[in-house]
Formats: sequence, C-alpha cells, structure tokens
Amino acid sequence: MAMTVHVDIVSAEGELFSGQGEMIYAPAVMGELGIAPRHAPLVTRLKPGDVRVDPGGGKPMEHFYVSGGILEVQPFRVTIMADTGVRAADLDEAAALEAKRQAEEALANKSGQMEIAKAQAELAEAVAQLQTIEKLRKMKK
Amino acid sequence: MAGAKEIRTQIGSIKNTQKITRAMEMVAAAKMRKAQDRMLASRPYAEKMRQVIGHLALAHPEQKHPFMERREVKSVGYIIVSSDRGLCGGLNNNLFRSLVKEVKVLQEQGRGVRCCVVGNKAVAFFSRVGGQVLAQATHLGDAPHIEDLVGTVKVMLDAYTDGEVDEVRIAYNRFVNTMTQDPTVEQLVPLPEADEEERNKLKHHWDYIYEPDAREVLEDLLGRYVESLVYQAVVENGACEQSARMVAMKAASDNAGSLIDELELVYNKARQAAITQEISEIVSGAAAV
Repeated sequence: MAMTVHVDIVSAEGELFSGQGEMIYAPAVMGELGIAPRHAPLVTRLKPGDVRVDPGGGKPMEHFYVSGGILEVQPFRVTIMADTGVRAADLDEAAALEAKRQAEEALANKSGQMEIAKAQAELAEAVAQLQTIEKLRKMKK
Repeated sequence: MAGAKEIRTQIGSIKNTQKITRAMEMVAAAKMRKAQDRMLASRPYAEKMRQVIGHLALAHPEQKHPFMERREVKSVGYIIVSSDRGLCGGLNNNLFRSLVKEVKVLQEQGRGVRCCVVGNKAVAFFSRVGGQVLAQATHLGDAPHIEDLVGTVKVMLDAYTDGEVDEVRIAYNRFVNTMTQDPTVEQLVPLPEADEEERNKLKHHWDYIYEPDAREVLEDLLGRYVESLVYQAVVENGACEQSARMVAMKAASDNAGSLIDELELVYNKARQAAITQEISEIVSGAAAV
C-alpha cells in the first residue's frame, strides 16, 4: 500500500476535511506545492486557489477552495488553516462572476490606495474561485 | 382580611417576576443554540492553530520571534473575557474567583499583574477591586467580530513586546456542556509547548522550511494565532453565558413557582380563618339576641 499522511483542512467556519491523503496540492504564495508523505517540515502562506487531496486507492480527488491561509507540513501530518474555505463542489459560479465584475469595476474607477489593494485582493479571489470551478468541470468530463 | 390581601399582592408580584424569568429563560435558550453553533464551528480551527503553534514552539528557528522567547516572568498580563450582562448565575464570579486566587499567588511571588478586560462585568469587577487595566472592550453583542477585539489584543501584545509584561494569559469560561462551564486560564505568549505525544515525535533538532521567509510567515502565523484564540475564548464565553443564564432563569422560575404554592397555602388558611371567625361572630351575635 502506498504511504499516506494525515490531512486536516479547517477554516474559521468549521472543519472541511480530515483524513488520509497520498498527495496534497496547495497554492502557496511562492507557487503551487505538491506534498507527499514524509515531506520536510514547512510553513507557508496560501493564496486564493484550490487545494486538492488525493486520497489514493483509486478514490476520486477531493477538491477545496481556500481564500488564503496557512499551510503547515509535518512528516506525519499536514494542516491547512484556511481563512475561508469551501468544498469546491459548493462554489457558486454566478456569485464568483458577480464578485469578479464588481472587483473589476471598483478597480476601474479607482480612488484611494487602500481601495485599489482591496479590489485587487477581491479580484484575485474571484478569479481563483472561477479557476477552481473550471478545473472541477474539466475533471468531471 | 387584612393579611389575606397582603398575601394576594405578594403572590401577584411573584407571578410577575416569574413571567419575566420565564421569558428570559426562553430567550437565553434560543440564543444558546446559535452561540453553541458558532462556538463549535470555530473550535476545530482554534484547535489546529494550537497544535501548529505547539509544533512551532518546539522548532529551532534561526530567527526567533519575540513571541517564542521565554523571559524571566516579572509581570503577567491577563486578557479576561466576561459577559456584558448579568443574571447568568455564578458564571462571571467563578471566573473572577479563580483569577483572584492566581493573582494572589503571583503577588506573593512579587510579580506584577496587568489586565485587558472584555465585557462589562469584568470592567465593573476591576473598577471595584482595583488593578491595572490597560484596555477594555465591551458591548460585543451576540455575534462578536474579531475586529472588535483586535484593539484590546494589540494593547496587550504591545505591552509584551515592550517588556511591560513577560507573559500573556487569557482567562475565560470554557464550554463543557449546558450545565457545566469551566473557568480556564491559558497561556497565550510565549508560545505554549505541544503535549507529550507530539513532543516525542519532534524530539530531534529541526526547523521548518519557511516560504517566502521566516520573519514574514511567523508574523502572519502568530498574528492569526492570537486572534483566533482570543476570538475562540470570546465565543466560548458567549455560549457559556447563554447556557448559564438559561439554567439560572429556569431555577428562578421554579423557585418562584414553589414560593407561589406556599403563599397560596398561607392565603387559603388565612381566608378560612377569617370565614370561621365571621361565622362564630354571627352565631354568637344571634345567641345574644
């Protein structure tokens, strides 16, 4: 049997996932990470994007969307603390599109420095959500 | 019949009080559900955060964050979480009592104590007993927001960074179940170490790989850590408050009920005595004629 590592994904609103995984993919600030069991200890920040857990044994991949957070890796445990997170299947495409439109609009008639930064962050989040939805759709086909 | 009338007004006023306590019981029961849901939802996050921080305390980073350094403890800072409103049984007083005990021990050891208080009851308590209060936050409402707490927390953490306090602890009521609330004091900074089992796994000398760099990641992580733990303490305390109030108000309603029963008995006796007296007066009057 292939090696697995215990994975916990929690957000401030509740626990999303707790179980074994053969491989975990997460969107770190420095680029996407793939983590296998017995990975060296690591902490990093996450940016908005999708987290995937491969439970192994031919079971389908688990998809989650996180809006940012912290990833901690220990050889025997992987913990993802998301700011907000949902199972990717629960993502709302219409809401994400609307959020993207609004963020773009806010960016277009930019006013203060703070607002631009906020709008950019919101835009990045909406785009990441849409990408996650897109990926999930491709998988299903 | 003078006594009887007095008793009747007394029964009336107790009935009114009972109505109020019963209404409060029901309101608390409804709020308790929501408060418990809120608490249970954020518990896993806080638990994981505590675990990760426990690991971090065992790491050997090349760059030490001030929160990770243990200093000689000359004074201790407390963040005290209480409820905004009373009528919730001994909830706040139990917490304060266990706190006062701890503070006494610290003072005997010649250590100073500073406080940051959350909730009206703690504010009132500390203005009564005195004590150095650095900051306070009140009127958080039923659904507290992290933003409302950030200021208070920052004051305490700044005091830590400036060396005014060498340890920060948080005191709150931990929710066990509806009947039981547990006054708890936990260490916030410097980071508490992981439990025995985790420690054994991490005995060797090691450090994390930090991306992008250690300082930035630690800053971010520790900020989140303190925020999430304080937030968790506040929501736990909120759930405790509602359930304690519900139980207290239920007891009050029951007591009012038994008081009314007793008074009704006394009232009936008085009424009976008055009737008997009246009859005997009439009879003796008739006999005289």
